[in-house]
Amino acid sequence: MINFHKDHASLVNVALVVFVVLSTGIAVAPANRMQHTDPLPDMPKMTDAQRRGLAVYVSEGCMACHTQQVRNIEMDKTWGSRPSVPSDYHYSKERLNIWQQSPSLLGSERTGPDLTNIGQRQPGAQWHLLHLYDPRMVVKGSIMPRYGWLFEEVDSANVKAGDVVVPIPADRLGGAGRKVIATPEMNDLVAYLISLKQAPLPTGVEPGKFLPSPNADGKAVKMTDADALPDGSAIFSQVCAACHQADGKGLAGAFPPLAGSTIVNDKDPTPMITIVLGGYDARADYGVMPGQAENLTDAQITAVVNHVRSSFGNEAPATTEDVVKGIRFTVSPETALGQ
Amino acid sequence: MNPRSIIGHFYPNTKRLRWPLTGTMLLSTSMCMAQTTKTDGWLTSPGVLGTMLLLVVVMFVAMLIISAKVDRILKASKLRRAHAVPIPDEVLMDMAPEQLSEVQHRRRTALLFKLSGNELGGIGPAFDDRALITRSTSEPENPLVDEKIYSGTRLDTPPELRKIVLWYLGAATCWLVFGTLVGQYLGMKFVWPDLDEVSWLSFGRLRPVHTNTVFWGWASLAMIGLGYFVIARTSNTVIHNYKNAWRAWWLINLSVVIGNLCLMAGINNGGGEYREYIWPVSLLFALGLILTFRNFYATVKRRKIPEIYVSNWYILASLVWTIVLATIGYLPWYQNGLGETIIQGYYMHQGVGMWFMTFTLGLIYYYLPSALNKPIYSYSLGVLAFWTQMLFYTLIGTHHFVFSPLPWWMQTVAIVFSVGMFIPVIAGSTNFLMTMRGSWSAIGRSYVLPFFLVGVIYYFVGSSQGSLQAFRFTNHVWHFTDFNVAHSHMTMYGIITFIMWACIYAIVPKITGREPSQMLVGAHFWLAFIGLFAYTVSLMAGGTAKGMAWIEGVPFIETVVNTRGYWTWRAIGGTLMFISHLIFAWNFYTMSRSSTATPEPAHLPTPVTP
Repeated sequence: MINFHKDHASLVNVALVVFVVLSTGIAVAPANRMQHTDPLPDMPKMTDAQRRGLAVYVSEGCMACHTQQVRNIEMDKTWGSRPSVPSDYHYSKERLNIWQQSPSLLGSERTGPDLTNIGQRQPGAQWHLLHLYDPRMVVKGSIMPRYGWLFEEVDSANVKAGDVVVPIPADRLGGAGRKVIATPEMNDLVAYLISLKQAPLPTGVEPGKFLPSPNADGKAVKMTDADALPDGSAIFSQVCAACHQADGKGLAGAFPPLAGSTIVNDKDPTPMITIVLGGYDARADYGVMPGQAENLTDAQITAVVNHVRSSFGNEAPATTEDVVKGIRFTVSPETALGQ
Repeated sequence: MNPRSIIGHFYPNTKRLRWPLTGTMLLSTSMCMAQTTKTDGWLTSPGVLGTMLLLVVVMFVAMLIISAKVDRILKASKLRRAHAVPIPDEVLMDMAPEQLSEVQHRRRTALLFKLSGNELGGIGPAFDDRALITRSTSEPENPLVDEKIYSGTRLDTPPELRKIVLWYLGAATCWLVFGTLVGQYLGMKFVWPDLDEVSWLSFGRLRPVHTNTVFWGWASLAMIGLGYFVIARTSNTVIHNYKNAWRAWWLINLSVVIGNLCLMAGINNGGGEYREYIWPVSLLFALGLILTFRNFYATVKRRKIPEIYVSNWYILASLVWTIVLATIGYLPWYQNGLGETIIQGYYMHQGVGMWFMTFTLGLIYYYLPSALNKPIYSYSLGVLAFWTQMLFYTLIGTHHFVFSPLPWWMQTVAIVFSVGMFIPVIAGSTNFLMTMRGSWSAIGRSYVLPFFLVGVIYYFVGSSQGSLQAFRFTNHVWHFTDFNVAHSHMTMYGIITFIMWACIYAIVPKITGREPSQMLVGAHFWLAFIGLFAYTVSLMAGGTAKGMAWIEGVPFIETVVNTRGYWTWRAIGGTLMFISHLIFAWNFYTMSRSSTATPEPAHLPTPVTP
């Protein structure tokens, strides 16, 4: 009989063996199984630039504050259209090099927003550049650090072809004729961020269900009233305010104002709804407006359009869900089926 | 009622109140939630209620300590009078005349009694033939607070052992000050994000510097240093090989220095918490651990008594487990894709549970009974806690990834065994509290025991709270919020760091013969304790508010803005904690300086000559 109280060798050996066995069963073996995934069929491979961008993401420790996982619970619907699946990480979670392991992208802290779908929410490089140069320039309440060391301030004479110039307001720069350009690392990082989109599941595969938020007694809580339109101002601050700003005034040289805009104040809502659904890139002095047909439902678009048309001093008549539905058919017929 | 109006109830409240008292904050939210029908359940759910109850436990203990102190002061200032019970008239009337005159006589004598003024003194000279008096003074050192008992015993320690213990503890103290300075700076960045724009000081790079420094620099070195003393003392022998102890000291310190420089330069292993050092750096640390283990094991092997004291079970096992853990954490072959995520959950949980917690428990089993000068309450409970610690703790890593794409069965196993953790936690804390039982008055008279008490209470509170936090239900509200940060400070600071301080104050004066200023130890204790309380409660309240707002669908940026007030209080709590560390560093310096010279006993009794 082993006497642990007197036999140091068997005490240490038993502690070691049991721990190794348990660790193998609960960690190493499942990990080994989990690392074999196939990529989703419509998932693009990562480009070299995106890979280098991922390395910048790791090196700056972005995962300290940003998660990349859409959990299968109701509250995570904000961050993606379906819960994350292991295949989502097929390309991104590979060992980086001999010194660095597979990056811990899933994260454990959401001090900042989840980034699973950031490329869908913010597809424009310009927004990301401005935001990384000074987050509080585009998102007032943000507490994200500035990443000035990934930009360079140069004389406009020294701007070479192919340099990405960031439209920073002149009063922020050290004198007239100065320009801010993004370093290669910054361009890679932005390329990586824009690439972050949930790939569609193969046809015929049902995405996992979002579990409703339970109440204390285990019953599901119904969060929204089905008949009422969603809250337009909440959608605005979630989706639109990052560029058009909370006060609707936009940012000169980057994002156009909605306050007093002729399109917004047009009695006919068709042009505005068309732009919201399909996006807009007709003016050189402003960034690209991404279409929201895939992001928002008809009801959400109606709510946010009505909010914008009646806020910031705008006084245009409200529109209805049916109007949005009709325009969606012409602008983005492929998304109309899902509605 | 629609969700927006619930937020309306919730948010104005938090904005207005900010922080009068988080207790009221929690109460008032629960009151206004009660008016709604949908979310009132959140605050009455078992996990949330349990956590609030645990917080009350901490408050209660603080109140106990304070009221014990107040009681002593009141008693000292109030003369206790024994009330003579007057003899009732009926009894007097029945008395015989002789009896009556006897009573009268006694009463008269009593009424005429006067103090002569020299009851306690004598005219003869005083001698202390048996050297019972170690110290005599007519002036208390500090007129403001109770004086504590001085540590009378001096342990005869081999100079090499004394030196190695002090150097491990000294390095640990430096890392504590540095690591928490970094932490304090990071806490301020939540309130003032534009403090600097230097790449080496940016939040993402500096955060792991804070965590790794306090883990591998402070707590690990302090534990090993204290462990050297335990292992030699309880084996009744000398350390096997001092050279290896020094080699391990260099390896561990080197790994923290290089690792931190790498992190600040933007070189990390992939961002997984607590394994941010790249493998060559962690290899240095692991080599340090292996050397330490071999040294400890060889020392236990040559012990002069047949039994292995339970402390050494914990200490040896934690070293073995951590060496395995580091190996599993860094080997690459199963870590692509979500394999890495499983290992991450396993690694970060075991890092805390198998290394810091297990080792620290081993230290408590020696230092607590020796500080109380009595045996541990139950040796068997200690053994039970040891095996259950190994069985349950190992299986619960995935509870950091509840609702993630990791397999559902792994999440369930993790949650079930998180509840199982109640067994070792209750066994351990019962054991420690029962050991303290009957010695409560000693706590008020000692500057060491309050640290033990807080550490043990937080062991129960922090660990149980962690189990409750693992529930799927509580994960809805708390996961990803600042609540996690509160939990890790409750455990790594409330348990580990407080116990380290307790052990350091218990042992260093005994081996160097120098005691710290009691005023400063008291200042250290109260600043750290109040700071920690402010820190954790503000983040718990802020995290709960944030999680509920996320569930209600409040825009993300609004929840960031609304947490600002809580972050401010966190920074204030953190400042108190940091100041306490500076005081501790000074105390450590006064305890350990020029310790190689045999110290003069601080207060020799002055011989009284007739």
